[in-house]
Amino acid sequence: MKILYGMQRPDEGEIRIDGSPVGFHTPADAIAAGIGMVHQHFMLADNLTVLENVVLGSEPRRGLALDFAAARRKIKEISDAYGLGIRPDATVEELGVGDRQRVEILKVLYRGARILILDEPTAVLVPHEVDELFENLRGLVREGLTILFISHKLDEVLRVADAITVIRRGTTVATVNPEDVTSRKLAELMVGSELPSPETRESTVTDVVALSVRDLTVRSGDGRAVVDGVSFDIHKGEVLGIAGVEGNGQAELVEAIMGMRPCTVGTLTLGGADISRWTTLKRRAGGIGYIPEDRHRHGLLLESPLWENRILGHQTRRPNVKGPWIDRAGARADTRRIVEEYDVRTPGIDVDAATLSGGNQQKLIVGREMSGDPVLLIASHPTRGVDIGAQAAIWDHLRTARAAGLAVLLISADLDELIGLSDTLKVILRGRIVADVDPANVTPEQLGSAMTGAGEGE
Amino acid sequence: MTGFLDRLFGRVRLGGWLAVAAPVLAIVFAVLITSVVLLVAGKPPVEAFTTLADYGTQPRTMVLILNSGVMYYISALAVAVGFRMNLFNIGVDGQYRIAALVAAAFGGAALVPGVLNTVLVIVIAMAVGALWAAIAGLLRVTRGVSEVISTIMLNAIATGIGSWLLQEHFGVLTGNDLGTRPIPEGARIPGMPLVAGTPLLVNGLLVLAVVLGVAYYVLLSRTRFGFELRATGKSETAAVASGVSVKKMIVVTMVMSGAVAGLIGLPELLGASYKYSNNFPTGLGFTGIAIALLGRNHPVGMAVGALLWSFLDNSSNQLQLIDISKEIVQIMQGVIVLSVIIAYELVHRYRIVADQRRVGRQLAGSDGPGGGNGGNGDVSGRQAVEETA
Amino acid sequence: MTATDVSVDRPVGTPAAQRFRLSGPVLLLGLAGLVVVLSLARVITGANDITSAGTVSAALGLAVPIGLAGLGGLWSERAGVVNIGLEGMMVLGTWFGAWGALQFHSPWAGVLAGAAGGALGAAIHAVATVTFGVDHIISGVAINIVGVGFTEYLSQLVFTDMPGGGTKNSPQLPKMGTVSLSFLNDPLRTVEAKHWFVVSDFAGVLRGITQDVSWFTILAIVLVPLSFYVLWRTAFGLRLRACGERPLAAESLGVNVYLYKWAAVIVSGVLAGLGGAFLSLVAAGIYRDGQTGGRGYIGLAAMIFGNWRPGGLAGGAALFGYTDALQLRQGGVSVHALLLVVALLLVAVAVYQLVRQRRGGAALITGVVAIVVFMVFAVTDTVPEQFTSFTPHLTTLLVLSLASQRLRMPAADGVPYRRGQAK
Repeated sequence: MKILYGMQRPDEGEIRIDGSPVGFHTPADAIAAGIGMVHQHFMLADNLTVLENVVLGSEPRRGLALDFAAARRKIKEISDAYGLGIRPDATVEELGVGDRQRVEILKVLYRGARILILDEPTAVLVPHEVDELFENLRGLVREGLTILFISHKLDEVLRVADAITVIRRGTTVATVNPEDVTSRKLAELMVGSELPSPETRESTVTDVVALSVRDLTVRSGDGRAVVDGVSFDIHKGEVLGIAGVEGNGQAELVEAIMGMRPCTVGTLTLGGADISRWTTLKRRAGGIGYIPEDRHRHGLLLESPLWENRILGHQTRRPNVKGPWIDRAGARADTRRIVEEYDVRTPGIDVDAATLSGGNQQKLIVGREMSGDPVLLIASHPTRGVDIGAQAAIWDHLRTARAAGLAVLLISADLDELIGLSDTLKVILRGRIVADVDPANVTPEQLGSAMTGAGEGE
Repeated sequence: MTGFLDRLFGRVRLGGWLAVAAPVLAIVFAVLITSVVLLVAGKPPVEAFTTLADYGTQPRTMVLILNSGVMYYISALAVAVGFRMNLFNIGVDGQYRIAALVAAAFGGAALVPGVLNTVLVIVIAMAVGALWAAIAGLLRVTRGVSEVISTIMLNAIATGIGSWLLQEHFGVLTGNDLGTRPIPEGARIPGMPLVAGTPLLVNGLLVLAVVLGVAYYVLLSRTRFGFELRATGKSETAAVASGVSVKKMIVVTMVMSGAVAGLIGLPELLGASYKYSNNFPTGLGFTGIAIALLGRNHPVGMAVGALLWSFLDNSSNQLQLIDISKEIVQIMQGVIVLSVIIAYELVHRYRIVADQRRVGRQLAGSDGPGGGNGGNGDVSGRQAVEETA
Repeated sequence: MTATDVSVDRPVGTPAAQRFRLSGPVLLLGLAGLVVVLSLARVITGANDITSAGTVSAALGLAVPIGLAGLGGLWSERAGVVNIGLEGMMVLGTWFGAWGALQFHSPWAGVLAGAAGGALGAAIHAVATVTFGVDHIISGVAINIVGVGFTEYLSQLVFTDMPGGGTKNSPQLPKMGTVSLSFLNDPLRTVEAKHWFVVSDFAGVLRGITQDVSWFTILAIVLVPLSFYVLWRTAFGLRLRACGERPLAAESLGVNVYLYKWAAVIVSGVLAGLGGAFLSLVAAGIYRDGQTGGRGYIGLAAMIFGNWRPGGLAGGAALFGYTDALQLRQGGVSVHALLLVVALLLVAVAVYQLVRQRRGGAALITGVVAIVVFMVFAVTDTVPEQFTSFTPHLTTLLVLSLASQRLRMPAADGVPYRRGQAK
């Protein structure tokens, strides 16, 4: 898809549009050929206005100047034609997620694209926004446009697509008709085998509370409560899953428990001790392990060797340090142990973390956070962006640790993972816990509707 | 097998020889550019370089090189402490000048006798440097002011306050030279006859520079504090998640950098002119930045850089004998710095790509396809996440 | 979803996106108010030079190089390249400006040469930061070192043998023409000499900006609105700014980010080079080693002071030029009078905070600072001349520490960019 949009060049093979072969060197070539792309992470400059973002790169001009009036007119026209409802002079910063996506689509239409590539467009949308998006897309298709819809949400693919191509490890596996397949079948095509099952067998939940959270509230910079009066207990040997559409306060909740966030009120008790005023380091030393959501930003020093990464977050504890001194031998030996036990595929412990694949990086982090006998493990999207093999291994490690009495707070966007691993499931919506769900008797569909608040009024 | 592979691929890092290759190439490049400049001006480059080399290897010159090298090295250390955590202390220049002035004034006043006075001078120099740097650190953590801008401004402010203090309060006029009272003999640090064949003595504070270099290495590479400092420099977000208080680190690092900066003037105060005057060496802070860049913040690398810099500075006068202006050396120094930072950047990129390829190739070899792990084959972690996230 | 669940704990009366914008009339009113306050201070202290034509004229001359350097910083930072190397590019501008003027016997040749010299330094910065992705600060610092070395070598090489030249300075440079509205000169001078409250002050200011103004100054002033026009009103400018806000977005729309960053850095160098050339050609009429005296840094400060906008930047440059000028004219006494001005302005700000913004705490702090400044004014008679030399720097530091949260630098300023890193 980067190749289709001219951002990378193919090593071999060719691309044909309307039967004639084309070659793209830059996105500009692709745009000229009528291909437009809506990126998963919006490509918008927050400080510029909608108009500026839209016309960038193909500006209408009058003499030397940019013709703002003409641009405004054209944007209005397109916006009205497809019912996008866009205000050209607002700065992007002021817009919500759904609006931003419509700006992205308008950007593409503005350039007269006939082929639209949408990369995971629903990842950040709530269901009614997804419905609106699909409505917009159908309108576009009726106008004769071609849409390439890339997603791993199989039910959405089935809903919106006229033809489906499954790609695995860079090769086409199958091309199917949506009427002929179930989402189960599609999933198996995607992973190439029976789906690995995250299901846990028997309950190991004890009645000893490991972490107790009471009335936790986190406020954002502008005073809004992004986590609002959240309370729960996690017992030893229990996996507590938090389900929710991304951006409903999960990240802030985790950061509050880790002590990384200011403006936090509420009481946190870890194994009977009030840790609400503790620093992050003290909480970690007190037995909280942390698998962060974004391992590159929060979990690793990419340009440091593996053994230094072993120390990160554990820089107060053996075997990494002796008093104020770094214990190189100890840290290195223990890194070798992690590499061995957690099957981190690496030529050695002196290579930089950046050189490992995502799955191996994640296994290193899991191994690190499991060491030092944690009482509580916060696992934020533990298998995001890792391959299936590593995913299965990480699930195994979580299960084993749970059986040994570890309390786990699991946050994930993967509903199967949540349902399969959790002993208790809570749903978070707009910073509040809105529902308790029994993972034994819930389907992903039911959970999904609870996450979006669709079940509230019914 | 892993042990063998460790040796083959792990411990012998590509960075090893490349890290040396980069500065060497940069120096060669600088020599070339300088030669071109000389040729354009109609001067003989070969003769110029042999003159530099001949003069630079005489015992007398070697002592001079060591003596200014000591100050350059301490300055580079002060800068490097900040660099290691991505703090740009451009203000070393102001910090050392104001620290040296105040310390010289106290030392010259001889409030305490003998060695105690030496200690007093050192402590005051460190304290003043640290305080001056702390302003920038505090502004950064409390008000979000970039330390780059604030330290540049503080340099100018230090200059103003310094000349006011010297003229109105601390200064004594001897001949044409306005300076502080000289530090009394008992508090001075004697030179060392290290180089044979010349009566010139090596500044006694060479010892201080060596001690500081070792301390710098130990602190950064062997202590928990150093680990946290480097971690913050490499990824502030990861450091926060690991429990490092970044605000505290910024202030502490700035204070440390300033304290070391305070020491830059001591070789002059305690071992050379014994006073702060209008002739006190200036611009050492910027020299320190250049040397820290040249030596890649490495204690040994910076030592080599300081000596190279000092060699060029001290030998340059000799060029005037063959009718070449000594400023040609500044061009050479500038080109060295610029090309070395570009060379390091290229080496750095090359190394990451090479490492990734190496790891991928090796895993593909040892694993075989479908090893349950090769989900993304030899795709690097960075790309893998982008594609699957 | 309904609209009722939107949290409502936002305090009423502070709209989220309230931004302070200066309109023309407000600006003129503000400037007039400033003159009134200055006049008041002049009458009270008797420091007649704070609004004299000489001071204003000197301020204008001193503001030009700062403003040009600031504009240079604006261009490059709007494209996302931090340019600490402005100082070095300015240094190159001083030498090349002098050399060009001498070589071709025309000050305007010097202007062109100065611009070219700055562009040369900028090209190095662009190679390092844009092409090779070196840290912007490091490259900038290196360029400052190189710029000084290079010009000192060249001045030794070229100027030493010229009649009237030396190892560290050039001979006298050809003069550049000036313009005056001479019909205003005599009446204004008469009014100014009366030292009337407000009226004489306006006369002084007017005379300062209408007599003996160098063509180069006019060129520099024109460059401010021109920069605004190009950066904010043309397609080129939009693309350039997009590279400083979100280069990946620009790249994804087919904008060649490298090209625009290069262009921005080169323009930046040209402007800084012009600033340097102004110093040697107009301000001094001679090249000297170390002539810039850190004005590149002050230019950068003026740009930050002006919140990365041309108008604000010009205001910052004018302010710094003014304090510089005061220092030259009855330095201690004038700057001392300025303390009173600062105290009065702070009182005004405190009243504004209390009445219009209803921020009692902030008003209290401002009020206390105002009193402290006034006390300093009251108990001293003069400010040491050494202190006046760093007035611009101290001002910058204070502005930054008081307002840094409100400043909006380009979002991707200083962030290294490499093609093909987009998702």
